[in-house]
Amino acid sequence: MVKSIMKSLAELQAIRDKARGSLNIRENAEAQTRILVGMATCGIAAGAKPVLNAFVEEVAKRELKDVMVTQTGCIGICQYEPVVEVITPGKEKVTYVKMTAEKALRVVNDHIVNGNVVSEYTIGANAIGAK
Amino acid sequence: MYRSNVLVCGGTGCTSSHSEQIIERLNEEIKAQGLEKEVNVIRTGCFGLCALGPIMVVYPEGAFYSRVTPEDVPEIVSEHLLKGRIVKRLLYQETVVDDNTTKSLNETTFYAKQMRIALRNCGVINPEKIDEYIALDGYAALGKVLTEMTPQEVIDLMLASGLRGRGGAGFPTGLKWKFAAANDADQKYACCNADEGDPGAFMDRSVLEGDPHSVLEAMAIAGYAIGASQGYIYIRAEYPIAVKRLQIAIQQAREYGLLGKNIFNSGFDFDIDIRLGAGAFVCGEETALMTSIEGKRGEPRVRPPFPALKGLFGKPTVLNNVETYANIPQIILKGADWFRSIGTEKSPGTKVFALGGKITNTGLVEVPMGTTLREVVEEIGGGVPGGHTFKAAQTGGPSGGCIPAKLIDTPIDYDNLIAIGSMMGSGGLIVMDETTCMVDIAKFFLEFTVDESCGKCTPCRVGTKRLLEILNKITSGNGTLEDIDKMEELCYYIKENSLCGLGQTAPNPVLSTLKYYRDEYVAHVTEHRCPAGACKALTNYTIDADKCKGCTLCARNCPVGAISGTVKQPHVIDTNKCIKCGVCMEKCKFGAVVKK
Repeated sequence: MVKSIMKSLAELQAIRDKARGSLNIRENAEAQTRILVGMATCGIAAGAKPVLNAFVEEVAKRELKDVMVTQTGCIGICQYEPVVEVITPGKEKVTYVKMTAEKALRVVNDHIVNGNVVSEYTIGANAIGAK
Repeated sequence: MYRSNVLVCGGTGCTSSHSEQIIERLNEEIKAQGLEKEVNVIRTGCFGLCALGPIMVVYPEGAFYSRVTPEDVPEIVSEHLLKGRIVKRLLYQETVVDDNTTKSLNETTFYAKQMRIALRNCGVINPEKIDEYIALDGYAALGKVLTEMTPQEVIDLMLASGLRGRGGAGFPTGLKWKFAAANDADQKYACCNADEGDPGAFMDRSVLEGDPHSVLEAMAIAGYAIGASQGYIYIRAEYPIAVKRLQIAIQQAREYGLLGKNIFNSGFDFDIDIRLGAGAFVCGEETALMTSIEGKRGEPRVRPPFPALKGLFGKPTVLNNVETYANIPQIILKGADWFRSIGTEKSPGTKVFALGGKITNTGLVEVPMGTTLREVVEEIGGGVPGGHTFKAAQTGGPSGGCIPAKLIDTPIDYDNLIAIGSMMGSGGLIVMDETTCMVDIAKFFLEFTVDESCGKCTPCRVGTKRLLEILNKITSGNGTLEDIDKMEELCYYIKENSLCGLGQTAPNPVLSTLKYYRDEYVAHVTEHRCPAGACKALTNYTIDADKCKGCTLCARNCPVGAISGTVKQPHVIDTNKCIKCGVCMEKCKFGAVVKK
């Protein structure tokens, strides 16, 4: 690996900022909002992996430092997988169902960043029998 | 972008319990599950909780797995990394809360009272990647020093911070730099003492294994402050992992131009080379260390002249310990006031201790100066295991002394430890319980110094040998009260007349145990008894006839046939034949064998 010799503090700063992003994930202490993606067999079979990756990438891209994306197991509503739960302290837990990578981007934008729950993706709007 | 980071400890402790195989297995399993683009495996430095190694931490959950084996890896990958189900049976017990949640490591008693400055990056970054060190403000202090500060300002900052040498003696670092800067010469040197030799001490090794760049950066800062263009790290060859990571770190720093010519375009040149020591304890003494770097036999010489005037190759030299250096970049970035706000008035900052001996959480801890021994032993260390009671702690290795249980509430700093007859030393902290004989401990350390005395001066070479002979006489039950007095006198003689720190401190283990446990010495001499039951020559095994059921198990296991008796009748041990191996006591199911 050939690296260029740095000659200024600005170059050091640039490397610092670039490397910083990948290290943030190792500090979970300040995480406020948790995005839990159901990654049991049912979830993975229904396509939870691209959803998980979409969340991780979008959160990193937007530099949302207080958000933690993690997997969880099966919560028992396998027919609705991929299931994603968003837990914010002091607020009611929001459960999104039948998620896709595209829907994930909208959840990050509308819900995580702007605070508006995407109600059409929630379990309430998609439950069997609901219209 | 990785969604999970798996940190596996690559310190010496965990490596010796197969963390390398765990990493290999992890990479295989992750590949088999097709997760290699999502999960990042990182080999880090020491986490500190060596008793529970090998250690693995998975982020973002922060799941702290302890005592992981290579066989556990497939389960961790398929359950946790693939499906997000934390493998609870492997979690460090204290971090388990309920169902799927875990407590943060920083909330466990082992970590809660710690404050990590020298160890801040250990167990956090990959020590073999300079970018990760830079990401956490690495080399920013060097940049600041070279572009914004004059050498004099750097020295003033070090003086103001009150940082004292972490190698043990506690000499103010700023003062050392000031003296070396004041001496003009065509060449000066900034060196690092990584010849960690105290039995049971591994602080410096862990810093070098977990965060080698912090030491390189600080050495360059020292070089700038005193006007040196070359540095040497003197490290023992017994630390192969640390040596390898240092070599990688030096190489990477050179590629970035953070070592070499004209660093940050400031006109300042500085480079570092490694010199391997062969493991002689005396080479940790500064003059012997420099003699050894020069390629000569590692023997100390008379001071003055001090190294700041005539050091390596006869040139002005600064020699600081690894842990001292590891503090410096943070002091430059955060300032002297920040550093002074930690610790005590005369000993600011933190100190790293290597906890060992009779303690639950064997490992590495960093606490603010002024923390009491009780907090370190009982809270962070988890106390003495096996229902035993704390008797004493030994600090400072063969140069230090013991702190008895009655002084357990002493706040630890340089001056307090010296006042109670011990010393800070490099930071080994060996915990002893009531089964440890203090005479035996003094003997252990004396055996070490007798072996390690370089032989140059008579008080140390002959004196320590005579001391050990008297100790052997006492522990074998042949000592007299006059021997104890003679020994004490000899201790002071050695202390006052030895050439270097090795001899001057060698009698400390004897003097401090005499100070607090003279009754144990007296019991050995007058009653021919070892109160702790540790000195073999003075203990006898006997069988309690009331408890003995005559099962013959002891007699069948005795290797020398010293036990006689008939079935269902109490047995008897022939003390003349007995070799005191203790097998009978181990085997007896009725607790009938007693050691006195």
